[in-house]
Amino acid sequence: MNQINQSGWKPGTPIAADHGGDYPTVTGNKALMLEEPLLFELGTAETCGVDLPAPDPKASNRLGPMARESDIGLPGLSEPETVRHYTRLSRQNYAIDLGLFPLGSCTMKHNPRLNEKVARMPGFADVHPLQPVDTVRGALGVINELAHWLIELTGMHGVAMSPKAGAHGELCGMLCIRAALEARRDVRQVVLVPESAHGTNPATAAFAGYEVEDIPAGADGRVDLQALKARLGPDVAAVMITNPNTCGLFERDMKAISDAVHAAGGFVYCDGANFNAIMGRVRPGDLGVDAMHINLHKTFSTPHGGGGPGSGPVVLSEPLCPYGPLPFTARMEDGTVHLVEEENADQFGHTHSFGRMTAFHGQMGMFTRALAYILSHGVDGLRQASGDAVLNANYLLRSLDDVLDAPFGDAGHCMHEALLSDHGFAEGMTTLDVAKGLIDEGFHPMTMYFPLVVHGAMLVEPTETESKATLDQFIAAMRSLAERAKAGDETLKTAPHHAPRARLDEAHAARKPVLAYQEVANG
Amino acid sequence: MRYLPLTDADRGAMLERIGAPSIDALFADVPAEHYLDGPIEGLPAHASEMAVERHMRQLSKQNLAAADAPFFLGAGAYRHHVPATVDHVTQRGEFLTAYTPYQPEIAQGTLQMLFEFQTQVARLYGCAIANASMYDGSTACWEAIVMAARLTKRHKALMSSGVHPHYVSVAQTMAHFTPGHIDYDLPVLCSNAGDDKLIARIDEETSCVVVHYPDVMGRIPDLPKIAEATHAAGALLIVVNTEPVALGALEAPGKLGADIVVGEGQALGVGLQFGGPYLGLFAITNPKHVRQMPGRLCGETVDADGKRGFVLTLSTREQHIRREKATSNICTNSGLCALAFSVHMTLLGEKGLAALAAENHRLACLAADRLAQVPGVNVLNDVFFNEFTLVLDTETRPLVRELADKGVLAGVSLGRLFPDGDGRENGLLVTLTETNTEEDIETLAVALQEALAEGDLA
Amino acid sequence: MPRYFTEEHEWIDVDGDSATIGITDYAQEQLGDVVFVETPQAGTQLAKGAEAGVVESVKAASDVYAPISGTVTEGNTALEDEPELVNSSPEEDGWFFKLTVADASELEGLMDEAAYETFCEGLD
Repeated sequence: MNQINQSGWKPGTPIAADHGGDYPTVTGNKALMLEEPLLFELGTAETCGVDLPAPDPKASNRLGPMARESDIGLPGLSEPETVRHYTRLSRQNYAIDLGLFPLGSCTMKHNPRLNEKVARMPGFADVHPLQPVDTVRGALGVINELAHWLIELTGMHGVAMSPKAGAHGELCGMLCIRAALEARRDVRQVVLVPESAHGTNPATAAFAGYEVEDIPAGADGRVDLQALKARLGPDVAAVMITNPNTCGLFERDMKAISDAVHAAGGFVYCDGANFNAIMGRVRPGDLGVDAMHINLHKTFSTPHGGGGPGSGPVVLSEPLCPYGPLPFTARMEDGTVHLVEEENADQFGHTHSFGRMTAFHGQMGMFTRALAYILSHGVDGLRQASGDAVLNANYLLRSLDDVLDAPFGDAGHCMHEALLSDHGFAEGMTTLDVAKGLIDEGFHPMTMYFPLVVHGAMLVEPTETESKATLDQFIAAMRSLAERAKAGDETLKTAPHHAPRARLDEAHAARKPVLAYQEVANG
Repeated sequence: MRYLPLTDADRGAMLERIGAPSIDALFADVPAEHYLDGPIEGLPAHASEMAVERHMRQLSKQNLAAADAPFFLGAGAYRHHVPATVDHVTQRGEFLTAYTPYQPEIAQGTLQMLFEFQTQVARLYGCAIANASMYDGSTACWEAIVMAARLTKRHKALMSSGVHPHYVSVAQTMAHFTPGHIDYDLPVLCSNAGDDKLIARIDEETSCVVVHYPDVMGRIPDLPKIAEATHAAGALLIVVNTEPVALGALEAPGKLGADIVVGEGQALGVGLQFGGPYLGLFAITNPKHVRQMPGRLCGETVDADGKRGFVLTLSTREQHIRREKATSNICTNSGLCALAFSVHMTLLGEKGLAALAAENHRLACLAADRLAQVPGVNVLNDVFFNEFTLVLDTETRPLVRELADKGVLAGVSLGRLFPDGDGRENGLLVTLTETNTEEDIETLAVALQEALAEGDLA
Repeated sequence: MPRYFTEEHEWIDVDGDSATIGITDYAQEQLGDVVFVETPQAGTQLAKGAEAGVVESVKAASDVYAPISGTVTEGNTALEDEPELVNSSPEEDGWFFKLTVADASELEGLMDEAAYETFCEGLD
């Protein structure tokens, strides 16, 4: 095969001189930094890395008229080539296993390997979702045991386990709210969302059929209680609040907010993305929350996997529980766990469910991991974890606030993430430049330009699984970068200089999108 | 606690810099009446790795694993042999513990993998563009219905009676909260997939026609015929595939007139996992529709030195920028499952996928012939890939339970999928993959024959 | 030919009963590299303030509103292939659409160039 891709680059093409430095190589490789072609440039349709019986062309065939006649265009690799292809690719990734990943709101904590081992036990990994219930009692037991922990940790009444990710959980919670309002024939159109909210909040509210209105924030970075109260009325279905909020602050007035919303006939949705800060120290149920999703891939250490799969169980207050989705598990007094689906929901008194959100029972593979994490910590360890997460964030804040602007630094202690800004940088220097400079220093950048309410925001979340030595190294790097940004160091504008790739042209990618490999005849 | 690196000395030094007397003092913003002074009562304390493993193994042992019994379940989740290489790659920390690749300079591994994945899915489905994956097949199916509504500005989605009932249920649930509605009739136990009845219900209100290929009873609808009628009415054809291995033997939906092809990719690389996490696949045939497509997309570009590289692109469709105007509220894909799928597909290649499909079909044909010999058992399907429906004279749910007690996981009772009866309760969906042996087939046939002969299944 | 400006950072050139509309240099600078533009089709009737199109950069998406009521006579199809014209020539080649002016009195509330400049200065 003689193929080139749209950029014209192919294996063996000498790469740009400045990336070869003073010592260019023929291959474009630089010792351990290896260039890897695309699968479609390496493989052939005849190569196969799996041993299978050769098809018998004379075998009987009941495929009918849709039987395939055309080629698909899928190249294969042998097993050694496959291992090498993906191993080489993996080495171009940053990962928690390599170093600090201080992404605010993302809770990139250590992913214990016990979790992986447990998830692969055959009784969890190798069972079908539609097996007879008597053959999967242990799997249902895992779901129920995790559900029990989530209910107890949040002080809520029940939990819907099936949502596939945080945003799916948000949707689940909002649909419960809508179903509850519909059940009392109470038509409301508006959901109030603070400006500092994650983008999923307004997207979810809109998806659930609501108009979204902003709630103003006060000067202290928290929801303005008086302004919120003034806006409440018979048209407000719910208020969506993140607590701790995206400025890294605890919403002190949360209970008063909930009381006001309830008094006006609405419900309180809490975005649980930041639950890691308060786990074991304060329970959302005690603050009047009606629904809150929990990102198992944040708080409970299931792997992010390069962008999923997530898992987003939703804890629910007593008024919302009857509307939760199917299926779910129910533990009886004799200890047996049942699967409640459409056909037996009546028997379990669950007659108002808004329906089914996904084909099967949710992210079982994440439930096993999260449960292993929770059992390892125990109730004492989880409380210590949230304490250490908040301690680490405050340590970063107080080690950086003399060189970087901390917008709410005077407002007291932060929770599990520290908010900084680009205020004071030299003309033309940006948060992005500092972030890219961090890459050269061997760290993943922090969350940038979020929350939107702070100009040039840098949201730093170290999590509890970082050592003091790692934090001190990060602090040294950040202090140096802050000085360079204030001094207008132009070399920061072109960082990173040591990554597998320099800054990528995102405008080029978006203007004429190339979203799949195309073979181009080599002229 | 083994996951917490700070020592008490560290904590003391850090609190000193912060100027706080204790960790509890850092939570001063939490109103005192709601702050928990100590661990919540009634929950266990921390446990060693060994103790946790022991507890989890006890729970695991209470399940009958597919590998420990002759196993014939499918209905949207399939058991295939996953090469050891797949799990090795997905356990590499650089893939397992990476974040969404928003920093492309240090995420080319994930990004190039996603670009390759998108290309593999697009080709498998016979489409122009595939996204970087979604939650699972059922949610991808709903997202496709929403996308079709955006493109056609119509709101009636016509779902074929052959679509997996859980997929229909998800769509009905979601449609209740939108201006759209779902037109759907329960299936009847007959050998043809009901294409003509479906076509007769297409009208000028129809935004899309949703067809499952092969369908929930293993039948194979005539896609070109349905596509022609759908397009004549100005609607879009959405094809759902839940068994990607089938496309090693059947023509790709995108080549037979589908506009949007969605599916469940779990069968390759991911494993059964009691229903999740799975892998939603989503592809379109018309590249002009890309801006109405949900989910993440990875695209090719160049870096400042002119080297080829990859980035997440067209992100203005997504929630973190569009907020309430986003094409979907989704902000995750199923990255690790996409990796598993892609590695498995790379190991197979075109030749391997075709051979795998042929082996599945061979075993299914053998099983259909053998089971048809059991008195009281009829095979519904004229055509099928690796899954077909048996029709018995009796309800199949108790039968499936009884066979499970005897150590045979015989299939999925249509009574489980369609609890409201009307004849469907006598249907049994049986699936064969390369993991089945010819002895498994004999075991099932004998066990079925004995159970039916006993005739006491209440 | 008088040029008007809106607080949504659009400019309007009025020539008799025909108006040409685009986004201002200030707006394109705020957006950054423009990667996609959607303009309204000829014949579309727009009320003042209605969504007329979309302009997207890598990191932001904005709706373009009709600053006055009218019927679209032409969308700038050149922007489909070359959205970067909005960056390189925002107030000439990068125009978005033309419409017939339905009610000239709607122009009265809009800013002139000097007023718009003052308005932008107040934003920084």
